[in-house]
Amino acid sequence: MPIELLMPALSPTMTEGKLAKWLKKEGDKIASGDVIAEIETDKATMEMEAVDEGTLGKILVPEGTEKVAVNQPIAVLLQEGESKDAVKAAPAAPKVAPPAPAPAVPAQKAIAPAAPATKPAAPAHGGARVFASPLAKRVAANAGVDLATVQGTGPNGRIVKADVDKVAAGGQRKAAAPRASGPVPDYGQPYKEVPNSGVRKIIAQRLLEAKTTIPHFYLTIDCVIDEIVKVRKQLADDGIKVSVNDFVIKASALALRKVPQANASWTDEAVRLYDNVDISVAVATPDGLITPIVRDADKKGLAAISAEVKDLATRAKAKKLKLEEFQGGGFSISNLGMYGVKEFSAIINPPQVCILAVGKGDERPVVKNGQLAIANVMTCTLSCDHRVVDGAVGAEFLQAFQALIENPLRMLL
Amino acid sequence: MSDTQFDLIVVGGGPGGYTAAIRASQLGMKTAIVEKENLGGICLNWGCIPTKALLRSAEVYHLMHRAKEFGLKADNIAFDIEAVIKRSRGVASQLNSGVKHLMKKNKVTVFDGHAKLMPGRKLNVTKDGKTVADLTGKNIILATGARARELPGLEADGNLVWNYRHAMVPKMFPKTLLVIGSGAIGIEFASFYQTMGAKVTVVEVLDRIVPVEDAEISAIAHKQFEKQGMVIKTKAVVKALKRNANDVTATIEQGGKSEDITFERVISAVGIVGNVENIGLEGTKIKVEKTHIVAGPYCETGEPGIYAIGDLTGPPWLAHKAGHEAVICVEKIAGQHPHPLNVLGIPGCTYCHPQIASVGLTEQAAKDKGYQVKVGRYPFIANGKAIALGDTTGLVKTVFDAKTGELLGAHMVGAEVTELIQGYAIAKTLETTEQELMHTVFPHPTLSEMMHESVLDAYGRAINM
Repeated sequence: MPIELLMPALSPTMTEGKLAKWLKKEGDKIASGDVIAEIETDKATMEMEAVDEGTLGKILVPEGTEKVAVNQPIAVLLQEGESKDAVKAAPAAPKVAPPAPAPAVPAQKAIAPAAPATKPAAPAHGGARVFASPLAKRVAANAGVDLATVQGTGPNGRIVKADVDKVAAGGQRKAAAPRASGPVPDYGQPYKEVPNSGVRKIIAQRLLEAKTTIPHFYLTIDCVIDEIVKVRKQLADDGIKVSVNDFVIKASALALRKVPQANASWTDEAVRLYDNVDISVAVATPDGLITPIVRDADKKGLAAISAEVKDLATRAKAKKLKLEEFQGGGFSISNLGMYGVKEFSAIINPPQVCILAVGKGDERPVVKNGQLAIANVMTCTLSCDHRVVDGAVGAEFLQAFQALIENPLRMLL
Repeated sequence: MSDTQFDLIVVGGGPGGYTAAIRASQLGMKTAIVEKENLGGICLNWGCIPTKALLRSAEVYHLMHRAKEFGLKADNIAFDIEAVIKRSRGVASQLNSGVKHLMKKNKVTVFDGHAKLMPGRKLNVTKDGKTVADLTGKNIILATGARARELPGLEADGNLVWNYRHAMVPKMFPKTLLVIGSGAIGIEFASFYQTMGAKVTVVEVLDRIVPVEDAEISAIAHKQFEKQGMVIKTKAVVKALKRNANDVTATIEQGGKSEDITFERVISAVGIVGNVENIGLEGTKIKVEKTHIVAGPYCETGEPGIYAIGDLTGPPWLAHKAGHEAVICVEKIAGQHPHPLNVLGIPGCTYCHPQIASVGLTEQAAKDKGYQVKVGRYPFIANGKAIALGDTTGLVKTVFDAKTGELLGAHMVGAEVTELIQGYAIAKTLETTEQELMHTVFPHPTLSEMMHESVLDAYGRAINM
């Protein structure tokens, strides 16, 4: 019996993805473990490995197809002794996924009509259509319930009779829906549209959620980094290149050991304190932001951290990160110093509770012992989730961080 | 995870259990199923399916007797009971291997043995008294099913007194047969043996046969069975069975009078009890009431992570109820948001001759609940296809809520109604009103036109009547 290859779920949150590229052709022999396709998920491009062996009998979803649902059949693998004719039988097997196109029809054509169905219907005249069962509509009319106030619990949010009954009985009405990005008014300005990539959409969704649901507050501190400047110069003389950001990662990691509440997640039942210090470092890529992780940063030396960050950043830009290299982490660092930004506030990267926004370290006038002097100063702003991190806790973290960053020798202890 | 640790372990491989395992596998869970006898359970091996095969033989046999009506000739009509049973067993075995294949295809690990719950969501699996595996599951679904109830004095012995299982593979064909109980199981066997030529007597303790059905449907079925020569005693009780050498003398009490009648064989179909014994429920927080596990709307039991589905949790004892609960339960475990099962949306089918099928509330139950009802009726005798088939006995009855137009129930008796009922089941699930049913185009000439006309009749608009 031919084996249907299904669209893999490459991350727990993945529901659909783009079939970026087929690396095998129809008729190619496949061994278990062979990389057969590249799948673009919301975060990165991943390789799909074959589990079974056989011959690639038919490709059902052509490369370049977007929004391929997880578990949708994408190809048929023939086992030994099976002819291509067996492919006909395969799609007939009962499946939850939509039936694969008949082999006689070119795959591309068969897929095309399905695509518009995945797009939400355009609302007529900008008004949202209410989906409700006929019975629900009549019961609502009888009871004088406005369907717009009813939260539907049926398939795709369809309002069913029980939902209306609940509202009619004085139950909970739907909270005013958060205004989703409605139609943008067109005032006749010329424009061109850049389609949103999967990464862009995810960034939009996650950050909107983070900024609107996490009670953020911000703490800013100035750090004198004269010592770091000195140490960096000495290291550079010895041919070792370490960036200020590497010091920031190391200092944050050690400070998190002292203030573990900043290395945590909020759940309704408990605050989850992480055992390890894994630091997410924001990296800008052409597609958007990604946060690869330096694991156990508190236990690693500066040189190791430096090398790791370089490698992660390079591969992030090439979309070659593995899933586990950017999923997880307990604390984030975002550094815009290289752009000359003096200071800024970052949005927390959930489910973490803190993010450190690092500005440019430059020479500024400071007052030392009543005297005006010049020092290298770097301004850092910590964004905190107040559900977990109170003001004093955030301040303690910054204090610990400052002590380390201003006295880099202490990082050796 | 090792080979003994699973995201989900299902105990019992019937239509509830194997459906749960497949759905879990589809959702990416590492899944195992433990079955002590046959994959597919009672339904497939000893219930729904093999009885349908028997009833099909009876139907063809019945039609052969009516050959002349259709302008055909058939002489020396007879049957070979062994061949009839062989076909029935063959059908069951074909489907049994189908389930095995489904398990393999869905990468569900199958353990052959009897599973018993141990503390800490563990299961001890034994075969012939020896431990074959100790399993740990993040979640466990109990789907051990149910079996025939044994009343004192009426116990099946497999020789003179049969339960459903014996009745499916009879060693001889009885000339006279007593069927105790007229629920779906009792009446299907009564109909099979009656059609095949036995003289059948049915004893029912309540005031009508197939008592869960609408009273009007019961009455039509009753009349038809009597026309076929069946003896039906309602409000009657079998007080005792005297097992003789080759037959049984039953003491039947009806209307204060008692009489002794002798039958070659007796089928006891007096209800169902859940298989709650020897599965390790003792000492757990899982509650058992009237031989069934008490389960919540998502099949959860009193013990976190342990669920119960299907016949084990009580009526209606139907394979499709079990399968649907399986999906709801697994999707809930997977963190999805399924709706709990609406019992009133579960169709029930009885494959006697004539067939009976229904969904939702009976007319009486609707009135008892305080609904003001509109009732539609359409008889088979007025339907062209029914006349062409030569099956003109039957009725399609619909019950609507006069206030909202909700289809509260649909009740049918007659040819092929078990294949028709799902049309009304879809209507109920989609929450249509009478309007959508009236606007639906029913093809001509089909039996389904009666479904349309019955709806129209409820609103005084029937066309062909």
